[in-house]
Amino acid sequence: MTGKHKLVVVGAGMASGRALEHIFANAPGQYEVTLFGAEPRGNYSRLMLSPVLAGEKTFEETVTHDAAWYAHHEVRARFGEHVTSIDRHRKLVFSRGGETPYDTLIIATGSAPFILPVAGKDLPGVLAFRDLDDVEAMIEVASRPGTRAVVIGGGLLGLEAAAALRLRGMAVTVIHTASHLMNRQLDPVAGRMLQRAFEDRGIEVLCNAQTSAIVGHGKAEAVVLDDGQLCPADVVVMAVGIRPETRIATDAGIHVERGIVVDDQMRTSDPHIFALGECVEHNGVCYGLVAPLYDMAAVLADTLAGKEAKFQPVETATQLKVTGISIYSAGDFARRDGHEEIVLQDEEGGVYKRLILQDDRIVGAVLYGETTDGPWFFDLLKQRTPTADKRSMLVFGQAYQGGAPVDPMVAVAAWPANRRNCNGRLHHPTKRAA
Amino acid sequence: MTAQTSATTVKTTCPYCGVGCGVLATPQPDGSVAISGDPDHPANFGRLCSKGSALGETLSLEGRLLHPEVHGQRTDWTEALDLVATKFREALDEYGPNSVAIYGSGQLLTEDYYVANKLMKGFIGSANIDTNSRLCMASSVAGHKRAFGSDTVPGNYEDLELADLVVLVGSNLAWCHPVLYQRLASAKSNRPEMRVVVIDPRRTATADIADLHLPIQSDGDSALFVGLLAHLSRNGIVDRSFVDQHTNGADAAMMVAEDWQIDRVATTSCAPAEDIARFYEWFAATEKTVTVYSQGVNQSAAGTDKVNAIINCHLLTGRIGRKGMGPFSVTGQPNAMGGREVGGLANMLASHMDFTEEAIDRVGRFWGTSSVATKPGLKAVDLFAAMARGEIKAVWIMATNPVDSMPDADGVRAALRTCPFVVVSDMNANTDTALEAHVRLPAAGWGEKEGTVTNSERRLSRQRPFLALPGEARPDWWIINEVAQRLGFSAAFPYASPAEIFAEHVALSAFENDGRRDFDLSGLVGADYASLAPTQWPIRSKPMARMFGNGGFFTPDSKARFVPVAPPPVIQTAPGSFVLNTGRVRDHWHTMTRTGKTARLSAHYAEPFVEINPADAGRFNIRGATLARVSNSQGSVILRAIVTDRQPRGQLFAPMHWTDQFSSNGRIDALVRAKTDPISGQPALKMAQCHIEPVQVRLYGFFVSAQSPKLTDGYWAIAQTKGGTRGELAWFDEPSDWESWLRSSFDLPSTAGMRSLVDERSGRRSYAVLDGGRLVLALYASPDPVVVSRQWATELLDAEGLSASAVLAGRPGADTPDKGAIVCSCFSVGANTIAAAITEQDCTTVEAIGRCTQAGTNCGSCRPEIRRIIERHNASVA
Repeated sequence: MTGKHKLVVVGAGMASGRALEHIFANAPGQYEVTLFGAEPRGNYSRLMLSPVLAGEKTFEETVTHDAAWYAHHEVRARFGEHVTSIDRHRKLVFSRGGETPYDTLIIATGSAPFILPVAGKDLPGVLAFRDLDDVEAMIEVASRPGTRAVVIGGGLLGLEAAAALRLRGMAVTVIHTASHLMNRQLDPVAGRMLQRAFEDRGIEVLCNAQTSAIVGHGKAEAVVLDDGQLCPADVVVMAVGIRPETRIATDAGIHVERGIVVDDQMRTSDPHIFALGECVEHNGVCYGLVAPLYDMAAVLADTLAGKEAKFQPVETATQLKVTGISIYSAGDFARRDGHEEIVLQDEEGGVYKRLILQDDRIVGAVLYGETTDGPWFFDLLKQRTPTADKRSMLVFGQAYQGGAPVDPMVAVAAWPANRRNCNGRLHHPTKRAA
Repeated sequence: MTAQTSATTVKTTCPYCGVGCGVLATPQPDGSVAISGDPDHPANFGRLCSKGSALGETLSLEGRLLHPEVHGQRTDWTEALDLVATKFREALDEYGPNSVAIYGSGQLLTEDYYVANKLMKGFIGSANIDTNSRLCMASSVAGHKRAFGSDTVPGNYEDLELADLVVLVGSNLAWCHPVLYQRLASAKSNRPEMRVVVIDPRRTATADIADLHLPIQSDGDSALFVGLLAHLSRNGIVDRSFVDQHTNGADAAMMVAEDWQIDRVATTSCAPAEDIARFYEWFAATEKTVTVYSQGVNQSAAGTDKVNAIINCHLLTGRIGRKGMGPFSVTGQPNAMGGREVGGLANMLASHMDFTEEAIDRVGRFWGTSSVATKPGLKAVDLFAAMARGEIKAVWIMATNPVDSMPDADGVRAALRTCPFVVVSDMNANTDTALEAHVRLPAAGWGEKEGTVTNSERRLSRQRPFLALPGEARPDWWIINEVAQRLGFSAAFPYASPAEIFAEHVALSAFENDGRRDFDLSGLVGADYASLAPTQWPIRSKPMARMFGNGGFFTPDSKARFVPVAPPPVIQTAPGSFVLNTGRVRDHWHTMTRTGKTARLSAHYAEPFVEINPADAGRFNIRGATLARVSNSQGSVILRAIVTDRQPRGQLFAPMHWTDQFSSNGRIDALVRAKTDPISGQPALKMAQCHIEPVQVRLYGFFVSAQSPKLTDGYWAIAQTKGGTRGELAWFDEPSDWESWLRSSFDLPSTAGMRSLVDERSGRRSYAVLDGGRLVLALYASPDPVVVSRQWATELLDAEGLSASAVLAGRPGADTPDKGAIVCSCFSVGANTIAAAITEQDCTTVEAIGRCTQAGTNCGSCRPEIRRIIERHNASVA
């Protein structure tokens, strides 16, 4: 092998950006990195697209790695250039710019929005909410007065889009198939509270609603529900889920199920090819939240550096990024045998907290309205910390832990209990000051 | 607390205990009344205790009876008074004078008492007028009369300060007579060589200043003082000339006493022999000795003997009626002494005169009547027993609550229910007794009525009004006078003002007296009632501060009598049973009709409780803060258990204050048998026998509520708090539907949003109802006693911008310190705040705590408790 080790990375998302940081830190100067990105821009935080859409942040604020960083690490950035295929025997990748050799290949192609297979899905004005281009298209429509948006999907992404578009002045309708919003992360009570919060902002929410078609003359003009209801729309945002983007791996004969199958070191069925991010499947599970992706990035970097590392999936917590609405959800909150619940219910005050315990340990948490303790609960959950000693105050969070225990005797008497008097005689204090 | 005095300031006297402190009351423009101690009053020199300081908070009209009522229906005075007179007249005509009775109170003013006594004994012709002083002072009266020939307290308060040894027997002076205690404590602080001995089964707050605490068994004080008499005699500590010149009967008393060596006293009293010996040595060696005694002595079936056992020792040593010496009975009530003066007890006639032929004749001539009762009437316990037998056809209860305060309290309630005609005159509409009345008459209360009271040192003071009569309320004297007129005695009952009544009272005391009767107000003839300054009796040319220093007793031979006293046997309790001691707490008064209205005074103890020694608690499976059932064949109560070594083994203590208005099952006197002292008729309220057992509770609860709740099931105890009510609860069965239980119990509108925290498996749950950030209700339930900071929770009622989570948590978060249970009610300083001042600001004295936190710097009633917290801290770091 001559020169530096050639590392080719396909995909410039959050997972690959974090992986590169670790790789450069672990093994400075050892790799000659080529970074392909389908979007015509470098790594940015996709998590921040919602605030950008809402006008609360600029795109520049979402950039995680800029030109100077790439230059400093001598990354050959090939943004806006799709990798179309892989030749595993010759260890090459192909793109518009020709073939690029690799010693090690990392596939980080992420996911693609799932588009409902309904009539009209390809009409202009039907958008996903995946990248900056989608955001810019939505902003363009929203900038026209009196425009209307229909968001299909009342999950995290759809609700963030809906809230953002409403902030931009659009009339917004959310269409959701399940009986309550964010049904993957919230129980019905919290889902209903969330719905009310959206409705309070003037967003129409239709649950138990199935989309049957998108109609319009040359562009999307309305969404038709299966009960025949028509929801007029100048833009239709499809936010019904994602699927791993695996095509180049499949084409290259790498083992792919729902996602690109990786082992604990993020290695694919080809030992020279690694994969991470939303495009992979580990032990049958695909991941869509950022925390496990970052864990994968660290494992991958360690593996490349020859260190022992192992991806261990942990529970993930979810937060909705809608200003003024706090939601935190983690773990398993289904009602099951052996599950015990501590439920704080304050619908009037917009607060709902439900902790699910099993064998004295938190296994799930749903917080609505007051979420500051979410990470603490999540930590107790991940650490499998016994909670018996803090159960009575558990749901109130960290600020209520510790401190002097309250003595139930104060119920009746201010007079403190005192020292034992064995023989009826007073214990005289040392001479009192006059 | 620090009141502004002004032109409208009125000098009056506190309506609580027998110390009789002077109070300055200044009505404020906003309708409130500023209260402060009267610096010129010789009882208190400006001091007030926690109860006195909070008097301004008891004056609301909430719960007041403001109109006459017949069978629960409002009526006017004419109809009500006509009915009372008619019913009394019918009973008199059909069944005779002894078929009617008056049961009065140490809360009545002397003028009220005088008119009632005159009506019963002079014109109805029966001596069936007794009062709640029977429960309080009767044995002291009887003991005084046996020894002195008169009911005379020989000394005065100053003697407690001048003495070198103060012996407190059966007196939790710190809580029951706080200002007198403070005078004592401050004297001891100035003269540390002064000694204080506390004789009490319990290690009370008073014991904190004691150099020696003798934890005797109930009634062990009898043997203790009989043994002391023997010890003094054996060791020649005898004032021979005093004994010879001014007493009789020393030999007979000594003959009984001489068998009582220290070892026998120790066995009988259960106090350690070496401590008894030390007490005897101190008593023998200290000329200036005062023996203060109160309910622990009086409320006993051997109370009169105990009083005489104490007096015997003072007679033998001649330590009586001189500065810093004497036996000193401190009374429980503001005007127990005044009642005794007019003769307002069934076994007295009038004005310290008994039912002698001479006195009956004299009083009859003075009153202009030939119907004077000729023999004693029914004492309190006998009165209600007679009522239960159907012998009392009409009874009139004034300013007292026998359904709660009498022994066999359930029997008293049953007796009232069988009595054909029950009249209650009271300030309050809903006392447990008033609820049993056929006719309820609205009486004027403190601040509205005027008259005189006499305190424990024979000092008359004026109670003066500073508030208008509310509604149709009238002074008791007026009500009695109206009925007397309707009974046909108009000529003898022409009174238009208390001044006229007082003048007659003065005149009767002086009538054919010539120094032969101790009670003599002849020096006040013609005195200006309006400006009457606090004055001690007897007052002929000038007031007498002390009596009997040179003999001059009111017996036929002017000599005092020694009374031979044989100590009663040690109380034998059946296996597994306890002696039940009862008494007061610091911040409540009697049946809480007044103190229960103030949040400040309700914070110290907010629930009826039972104190039990840790060893007993262990044996009987009583865990602290759980509920315990205390019962016997008489009755049963449910109380919060306080496990404390202040309480001796084999004894329980429970407060006397709680009624059905404040707790579901807290009427402690339901457990007390109607056993009385054979001489005084005073019931033994402090030595019932009973059992204790844990109560099986499904859930405990605690709440604070802006509304008064309607609680009907399970256990409950409520207390006033600023802005609402706080309460302790227990469910024996869990409500099947919590929200509907809450809505009905707290009268919540169906629209009120219910916020909740439910932990089904542990059984804990909390509910909160808020209205615009203000608390409507917070309720906490738990299978164990609810661990919620009571003080913090009650302050929620005063808070704004509350979050439901903070309420539901039931305690402050880490950033808000919990001040803890309130110790200082004047400045609302909690135990935690005091503890913090000790540890963080290095406050090691009560004074330093006061500088840091203000605690104990106003009324000072909490100073023993502050000292205890400091000592506990010292002990824990030692």
